[in-house]
Amino acid sequence: MNPANYLYLSALLFTIGAAGVLIRRNAIVVFMCVELMLNACNLAFVTFSRLHGNLDGQVIAFFTMVVAAAEVVVGLAIIVSIFRSRHSASVDDANLMKL
Amino acid sequence: METLIGLLVAAPLLGAGVLLTGGRRLDRTGHLLGTLLSLLSFVFGAVLFVNMLGKDADQRALHSHLFTWVPVDGFQAQVGFQLDQLSMTFVLLITGVGTLIHVYSIGYMAHDERRRRFFGYLNLFLAAMLLLVLADNYFLLYAGWEGVGLASYLLIGFWQHKPSAATAAKKAFIVNRVGDIGLSVAIMLMFTTFGSFAFADVLPKAQDASATQHATVTGIGFMLLLAACGKSAQVPLQSWLGDAMEGPTPVSALIHAATMVTAGVYLITRSGAIFNAAPDAQTAVVTVGAVTLLFGAIVGCAKDDIKKALAGSTMSQIGYMIMAAGLGPIGYVFAIMHLVTHGFFKAGLFLGAGSVMHGMNDEVDMRRYGGLRKYMPITFITFGLGYLAIIGFPGLSGFFSKDKIIEAAYAKGGTEGWILGSAALLGAAITAFYMTRVMLMTFFGEKRWQPDAEGHEPHPHESPSSMTIPMIILAFGSVFAGALFSLNSRFVHWLEPVTGHSEGDSPVSAGTVTAATMVCLVIGVGIAWLMYGRRSVPAVAPRGSLLTRAARRDLLQDDFNHVVLVRGGEHLTRTLVYLDHSLVDGVVNGTAASVGGLSGRLRKLQNGYVRSYAVSMLGGTAVLVAATLLMRAV
Repeated sequence: MNPANYLYLSALLFTIGAAGVLIRRNAIVVFMCVELMLNACNLAFVTFSRLHGNLDGQVIAFFTMVVAAAEVVVGLAIIVSIFRSRHSASVDDANLMKL
Repeated sequence: METLIGLLVAAPLLGAGVLLTGGRRLDRTGHLLGTLLSLLSFVFGAVLFVNMLGKDADQRALHSHLFTWVPVDGFQAQVGFQLDQLSMTFVLLITGVGTLIHVYSIGYMAHDERRRRFFGYLNLFLAAMLLLVLADNYFLLYAGWEGVGLASYLLIGFWQHKPSAATAAKKAFIVNRVGDIGLSVAIMLMFTTFGSFAFADVLPKAQDASATQHATVTGIGFMLLLAACGKSAQVPLQSWLGDAMEGPTPVSALIHAATMVTAGVYLITRSGAIFNAAPDAQTAVVTVGAVTLLFGAIVGCAKDDIKKALAGSTMSQIGYMIMAAGLGPIGYVFAIMHLVTHGFFKAGLFLGAGSVMHGMNDEVDMRRYGGLRKYMPITFITFGLGYLAIIGFPGLSGFFSKDKIIEAAYAKGGTEGWILGSAALLGAAITAFYMTRVMLMTFFGEKRWQPDAEGHEPHPHESPSSMTIPMIILAFGSVFAGALFSLNSRFVHWLEPVTGHSEGDSPVSAGTVTAATMVCLVIGVGIAWLMYGRRSVPAVAPRGSLLTRAARRDLLQDDFNHVVLVRGGEHLTRTLVYLDHSLVDGVVNGTAASVGGLSGRLRKLQNGYVRSYAVSMLGGTAVLVAATLLMRAV
């Protein structure tokens, strides 16, 4: 199969993820969209790795997964604690950090 | 011998240090210590003088280098003394007349509880003045110059409990500062042009200055003239001299005869080489001298305060000296000769005036004197001899020295010579007038004194011998000094190796000048006798003509200063304050306000919504990526 198709898919997923982050209010959904963007990148890395015939991209994909897992731990913890104090998972409600 | 030069300055300086820090325990003996140290300084001076006379004329200059004061690369300020004939003349005048004034002050200040301090200041004055005339470079001279300014401030304001005295002291100090600016600028110019400020370097270099340096040398000349104007009370910096009469009378005698006002004449004579190389500056000097000699004489005519009349006279006589010094080599010697004879008779006149005031409950208004010759015979005779000397009575000191200056003025040649000579002759006539007026109002006529505000009738009496003896000695000087100096042109030969001397080519013969001077003298005395001798003097001053009223107000010099300098200064500061508020503050505050406004708008971007931050991150990333791609493409 033409490797470009993987890249098209990766761009499509990244765009969906980015649009989700910008548009959706629910913190969980925003979070999942971030994951979607990360995985779109992973797909691009792996594709390029395949194209160039070396393992660099695949190694970076593993790193990305590890970072994403760590990020999920921290992010979910923040979301849960915000939900506990505000009874809402909307990112627009957590807007205290402003002048 | 070289060590003695240092001791000459050290003796009065030690006196000042001991008297001013010694405290109360010196109250009983302090005045004796001060007088003794001043006398010691005079003795050192006399020893050096005798030693100097024993040498050949061109070997007489002594030099004593003590230490390097400010050793910086290229800038070497030395503390070194130079004693040549010119300095020697001043040393003898300063310490001699100074010592007599010390002795006089013992009697005059006997009842003042701050007498010890007074003698400390007198010693400081002598030390500063000796430093000034003994310095071998302009930098050290400047130190002495400032010391003289300080000491005069302390002494003029000695009776500081009187607001008028405190103000007069401040005025003298501030007006002198203006002159000091001239001296400091002159020293800086010397340093940049000639790389040194020692007399031995600057003066020969100024003499053969290249064409490019010529303008600078003229500038130095003008700045030195400004300095001399400040210290010697010449127009336009003369306003402090009259007010300086607020100080005790011995101080006036010291300032007017031996120290302070003579410093300007010394500076110009010492810097003769600079002025010889700068004819424009010389013209300015003679102009200042001629204007001041008439200015002071006119002021002296109108004053009823005996000390202020004498102050006007000093201004006028110093004008003669400055004019003579501006004439170049034909005048330097005569400027110094008149300075020395003037030192004798003016000190005598001031001490006489102090003696009169002492006997008259400190009354200074001559309209309240009259007929005092019966009550104060010694004061009358000594004052009278000083009077005859200053008007130039034939045979007395002033006759020889003033006559020579008038001759030299004519010898300047051309229209300039005629103008200067005529101004000097006119000055001689006015001098005869105002001094006769002082004499007649004080010692002749009927008595006009009245009880003072507290009802004390003055009992005029002769002063104690500590006051009369100095007056007698000074009277001897007033009578004989001129003849002694003029015999065989002795004074000319004495000073010639230092200042140089050339006989001018006078269009009028010496005999004619002397005759003209005598005519002027007789006219001046005659008019004064008609006005004040034949008629009785009213106890209240008549209104007088416009000129008289202007002269009573010092020819409006204070009014001029007030309108031009004080008001002008106020307007200038107001304008500057306005500019500061509107322009400088406007720029500063405007910058602050615009930065504040801009940041207020930028603040709106931080709205707390995560999604809007995400948009800016995405947008930023997109821009970065686009830019990178674009750069790649290019």
